[in-house]
Amino acid sequence: MIRHLSACLLSAAILMLSLSIPALALDPGEMFDNPAQEARARDIGRQLRCLKCRNQSIFDSNAGIAKDLRVVVRERMIEGDSDSEILAYVSERFGDYVLLKPRMAAHTYALWSAPLVLLGLGSFFLIMYLRGRPLTARAQVLSDEDRARAQHLLDGEGSQ
Amino acid sequence: MIVELGHFALILALVASIIQACVPLWGMLRGNASAMQVADRAAEVQFLGIATAFGALTYAFVVSDFSVRIAALNSHSAKPMLYKVTGVWANHEGSMLLWVLMLALFGVLISLFGRMIPVRMRSTVLSVQGMIGIGFYLFILLTSNPFERVAMPPLDGQGMNPLLQDPGVAFHPPLLYLGYVGFSTAFSFAVAALITGRIDPAWARWMRPWILIAWSGLTAGIALGSWWAYYELGWGGFWFWDPVENASFMPWLIGTALLHSAIVVEKRNALLKWTILLAILTFSLSLIGTFLVRSGILTSVHAFATDPERGAFILLLLALYIGAALVLFAWRSPQINEGGVFAIWSRETGLLVNNLLMAAGCGVVFVGTLYPLALELINGAKISVGAPYFNQAFLPIFGIAMLAAGIGPFLSWKRARRAVVLRRAALTAIVAAAVLGLVLLVAGLRDPVGLLGVFIALWLAVATLQDLAVRIGLPGVKPDVALRRIIGLPRSAWGLYLGHGGLAIAAAGVIAVSVWKSEVIQTVQPGERIAVGPYAFVLDGIENTTGPNYQTSIATVEVFRDGTLVSTLKPERRWYPVEQKPTTEAGIRTLWHGDLYAVLGDPNGGGGFVMRYYYNPGVPWMWLGALLISLSALVSLSDRRLRVGAPSRSRAALQPAE
Repeated sequence: MIRHLSACLLSAAILMLSLSIPALALDPGEMFDNPAQEARARDIGRQLRCLKCRNQSIFDSNAGIAKDLRVVVRERMIEGDSDSEILAYVSERFGDYVLLKPRMAAHTYALWSAPLVLLGLGSFFLIMYLRGRPLTARAQVLSDEDRARAQHLLDGEGSQ
Repeated sequence: MIVELGHFALILALVASIIQACVPLWGMLRGNASAMQVADRAAEVQFLGIATAFGALTYAFVVSDFSVRIAALNSHSAKPMLYKVTGVWANHEGSMLLWVLMLALFGVLISLFGRMIPVRMRSTVLSVQGMIGIGFYLFILLTSNPFERVAMPPLDGQGMNPLLQDPGVAFHPPLLYLGYVGFSTAFSFAVAALITGRIDPAWARWMRPWILIAWSGLTAGIALGSWWAYYELGWGGFWFWDPVENASFMPWLIGTALLHSAIVVEKRNALLKWTILLAILTFSLSLIGTFLVRSGILTSVHAFATDPERGAFILLLLALYIGAALVLFAWRSPQINEGGVFAIWSRETGLLVNNLLMAAGCGVVFVGTLYPLALELINGAKISVGAPYFNQAFLPIFGIAMLAAGIGPFLSWKRARRAVVLRRAALTAIVAAAVLGLVLLVAGLRDPVGLLGVFIALWLAVATLQDLAVRIGLPGVKPDVALRRIIGLPRSAWGLYLGHGGLAIAAAGVIAVSVWKSEVIQTVQPGERIAVGPYAFVLDGIENTTGPNYQTSIATVEVFRDGTLVSTLKPERRWYPVEQKPTTEAGIRTLWHGDLYAVLGDPNGGGGFVMRYYYNPGVPWMWLGALLISLSALVSLSDRRLRVGAPSRSRAALQPAE
């Protein structure tokens, strides 16, 4: 639950949930001997959420279910599945909740389009603003209030 | 007795904040100067009240008075003194008390160091600070009273989470709150400007020191939390895009935009409305962050329902403050006259582009953080939005922002010469590409995205150095002249160079560790030699001993490079019997180019141990960069221009008004 922990704690010591044990997640016994294969298994593991934890991938978690899922990922790899097939395999059984990277679907269009929409809208307003500005300076006049204060000072009553 | 005194002082602070909110505002509207000046006294009384309350709570922790509920739940008599003190804010009630302590501190500082600010503005600012205070004092007194006693005091406390018994995380909350709560000053200045109708460069100059302090504190707080995660959690991670981290990152992003747009107001009397809006938004995001974390709504929608009182109360405060400020903005902002004009190619536009990118980046973090929550409320679907989303959606925007940060300083105010800017940008690109080639020769290419990242970091570094060189007249002047000019640069210019340079260094560190990190996780027998990148790690042995309130196993790991000993690491595994929890303390040796990092894991029963060995290149640059960014704001704060804005008392008497 390491990530769970960091979640609580990084946050200004707010929200002290019941914290669990920071043991080391990955067990050398389950690892592939081939480094390339092992790296791929970890990359996939980083995209799957541990179901028991708050915001932690199965790669980082030491929960039993996370370990089981890591084993499942490795089995599918041995079977020859592609990365996306493995992710689909796991999410079919456990739901979209396990995918740390939400899949593109009707309910996530708004999420995935957010960066482009925000940048687009922002740029649009920026351009409108830059084009719509008056090109000559408005004459700077004293506000009534400043004028009153200046008068006040001239009358010798001080400002404070 | 002392605890009751603290409770009483807290109520006194509430009363003072009510007076601070009402009397000066009435005085401002009626033009009654003595009523306005009540603000200063009220701010002082409020601060004394809350400081006494905080002191009383600290006393209860220090003397281990377990008849106080939160001390019993969060402290223990055998804890080292440092953690008895820091334990005060390592729980909900105490951390909220720290929150208002910071708020009152900023109020009293404005009152003490803001004597140059005309009393109309100052008293209105303090009045708004008082209004914020009322809400949070009521929140504490009604839902989270830290001074609550228990009828049957336990013999000893339940202790504090051992992960928090660490100097790094102990001072993380005060710094983070310095930022979170510090932005309340920007909010108060913005609201006061809307109320009094005075928005001009002088206003921006009065506000700027407070934004700089808050932003510096927030930067340091985030970095400290990240650093703690890196060395304490035991696997070298430092940023997880967790909702709670995002809650502190959003005010930082918008605060960065505010910091930049306030410069435009100050120098050019432009972007007034936008700056006011940013000031309101920055503090709103701090409040939203407080709400998200305090209400427990992030854990799940259902956790919110289990303790609805606190969550609903903060939500109410949130709606009230943000709503009222935005309504005021909508009502008053049409009367604001925008001043200075500028061409499309100008520093003003450059800073607007910064604002656009920071706001868009903040928007992405906001959407990503709240999307699962919103979706679950709408149709019950449970999805996760994790690090892969944020990396993909946020980092490109931040990359563009860094490119823009390189060019921005090339642009002159009002009207920049496009040809000059483009020529300097081209030079930057060529130099950055050449250095990139060298980096690839030495370190090798791992992936194209990393390549782009390295280029962007180099671009910002080269552009910043180039701008500094041009500013001091290089290469056209003799070295001694250049040196004199460097020394004579205004502090605010140093703020720019340190801030942008620090960002380049930090980004280079982040990219280096993501692309070139070496990691080995293996069961190791004592004496076994493991190759990690260019290094060899040898486990020498394990020694068992005890600390003040824990038992510990300390491993000795020797690290060699090409047969010579580089360092000896001492990773630990501790066991805290009171809390019944273990912690890991990574053994870290920092070299200029990276960290050697070893973590001691469980014994395997056959004399071996599960060890995690890392070589993390670039990590020290990350911390150095963050430190520079945080310092840049303080350097900028010491600029003469701002000292004139926040002068000493004696001068205020001589100087009737701006």
